[in-house]
Amino acid sequence: MREILLIVLPLVGALVAAAWPSDRTRPWLLPVVGGAHLGLAMWLLASPPVVSPGDWMGFDPLARAVLPVVSLLFFICALYAVAYLRIRRDRPNRVFVAMLLTVIGLLSAGHQARHLGLLWVGTEAVTLAAVPLLHFNDTPRSIEATWKYLLVGGTGIALSLLGSLCLGYASLHGGGGGDMTFVALTAQGTGLSLPWVRIAWVLLLVGYGTKMGLAPMHTWKPEAYGEAPGIVGAILAGGVTTVAFTAILRVRSVVGAAGAGAIADRTLLIIGLFSMLVAAVFLLATRNFKRMLGYSSVEHMGILSIGASLGAAGVWAALFHVWSNSLTKGALFLSAANIRRATGSASVDDVRGAAVLTPRSAALFVAGMFAVTAAPPFGPFFSELRLIRVALADGQGVAVAMILGCLLLAFFGISRVVFAIVDGRPRPSAKKGIGRLAEAPGTILPPLVFLGLSLWLGLFTPTLLQEVWSAAGLQLFPVP
Amino acid sequence: MAGWVGDTVNLNVLIGLAMGLNLLALGSSRIPSVIRAMSVQGVLLGIMPVLLATELDWHVAIVALATVTGKGLVIPALLRRAMRAVSIEREVEPIVGFELSLLLGAGATIGAVATARWLPVLPEHSGTLLVPGAMATVATGFILLVGRVKAITQVCGYLILENGIYLFGLLLIRSTPVLVEAGVLLDVTVGVFVIGIIVDRIQRTFDSLDTRKLTALRE
Repeated sequence: MREILLIVLPLVGALVAAAWPSDRTRPWLLPVVGGAHLGLAMWLLASPPVVSPGDWMGFDPLARAVLPVVSLLFFICALYAVAYLRIRRDRPNRVFVAMLLTVIGLLSAGHQARHLGLLWVGTEAVTLAAVPLLHFNDTPRSIEATWKYLLVGGTGIALSLLGSLCLGYASLHGGGGGDMTFVALTAQGTGLSLPWVRIAWVLLLVGYGTKMGLAPMHTWKPEAYGEAPGIVGAILAGGVTTVAFTAILRVRSVVGAAGAGAIADRTLLIIGLFSMLVAAVFLLATRNFKRMLGYSSVEHMGILSIGASLGAAGVWAALFHVWSNSLTKGALFLSAANIRRATGSASVDDVRGAAVLTPRSAALFVAGMFAVTAAPPFGPFFSELRLIRVALADGQGVAVAMILGCLLLAFFGISRVVFAIVDGRPRPSAKKGIGRLAEAPGTILPPLVFLGLSLWLGLFTPTLLQEVWSAAGLQLFPVP
Repeated sequence: MAGWVGDTVNLNVLIGLAMGLNLLALGSSRIPSVIRAMSVQGVLLGIMPVLLATELDWHVAIVALATVTGKGLVIPALLRRAMRAVSIEREVEPIVGFELSLLLGAGATIGAVATARWLPVLPEHSGTLLVPGAMATVATGFILLVGRVKAITQVCGYLILENGIYLFGLLLIRSTPVLVEAGVLLDVTVGVFVIGIIVDRIQRTFDSLDTRKLTALRE
């Protein structure tokens, strides 16, 4: 019952938001609903409900391992949204608030879906619900970004549906009775028709990989993250992409049971390394600090994909990385949004001296940069270290060398952009006083909390979370 | 049994027609003809589940009815209205030329028929063109999506791609639960509406539906 509330509560909240009369008070619905959602998610994390194997929906170990951090991310972003929408009085926020709430409701559904078809319906509804969030600013550039997101994302939607149908047909052809829950598909195992399973895997990896932002299907990412408001970027990078990742994990376990696990792992490893490489190269070239966050997200999705290719231990590291990356990205997106608002541009060519204009945001941005490029003692350092150790134990020396090389290049690329905007003397055209306007407690505390959480996750990874990640690994790779 | 074979033949005729419409859409130089090819294809797709079913139950009837109205009438009407509202020139403007598109489409069709033979299908589907038809239609959708510059033609490409997926879905029609089917239909419909809204925004912001004007964002 509680797990269904995770879905219903935000959707009801969205309806209330759509009917709410005042633009001024409507944003408060976000933290109210987000807080209730977070409370529920934490309660479920501490005492998970019993999921019976045949359920179509359920708070199973995998949902338990990921959904709480999505909820946490949403709540902190919701607090920031109140301050943000107060500054952005010029834009009507009815659709924006309602769709943000819809997104978290549908995300909760996607993470808990244990049925092939339902998973598709949930994740793709999220993609569509995010569209109005992207063109909140209603500038020509944001419309362009939205169109690219729709075209690329829509093709991803279509391919993952085709892949789901192929996997369904693999089951039918193998004599299955038409039960498309992941439990039933895994139980059918080698009874699934292998040629169809292989086709399904390719289509589902490309389809959900598009949504996750793996290269070469990542092209929507820099555009969308570059033009959407910071909170939207944070929720896309930390929440929406993770639902596609867990979808790939669920499909991967079926493909493994069907006897094609080795091929699946190899494709995941290759596409992951390729994503890291593409991201590293573009990070060295980009001149826009919001687009930079998009490429950084591509890099981290690559890391998740590599983790998913390394068995239960790799999934453990990947789930750890989902947590550390989501929280760190939150800090980066929100502090970048403050700088962007104060300086009026996101380009390295226009922005200088953020340390003078917006000292607190700039400090947070620099600290977030070290966190996301895996400097100790932040969360990403420990999760990536874990991943590298798993890969070495697995004998993937070449892959580890490539990962380390890409991480180094990414560090050069990201630090180049960050210090270019933080250092130096502000442009004369930068108006005095805007900085202070952008640096109210409402816009500084949320990224600070994100950064603190990232630090806490790295230094004191709770035993409860470690157990939850192990349980999720066991769900995906059952020990015979 | 004889009637069943006859139905397979009828089904294959419809799928063959749908594959012909793919080529028509690829070779059309005017947007209204692309939309017409797409809508006729939608109607054909709607008739197929009736032929495929052993007996006509309400589940099949609903799918057929929803498809004919949605793909055959409502969506094409919306597209035509969008086209009139923005009063754009009706030429398609290809990136990939018509002859090349046709060649690619024909190649994809032949390739689809050739490769589909390697894929195992259930005995009840073995005589049908469902798998090659689906593959060829998906390929056509892709060519239109990538090879055209007008937003409306790209939307048509996307919808033809979805028609291909629908053809494949017919293989599973007896095993898909209604709830999931409804969800899929809802997502697709909402998707089309969202795309429509954004097309409208593009028109208002850029004063054109030429997606080549969307080039502000790049490295």
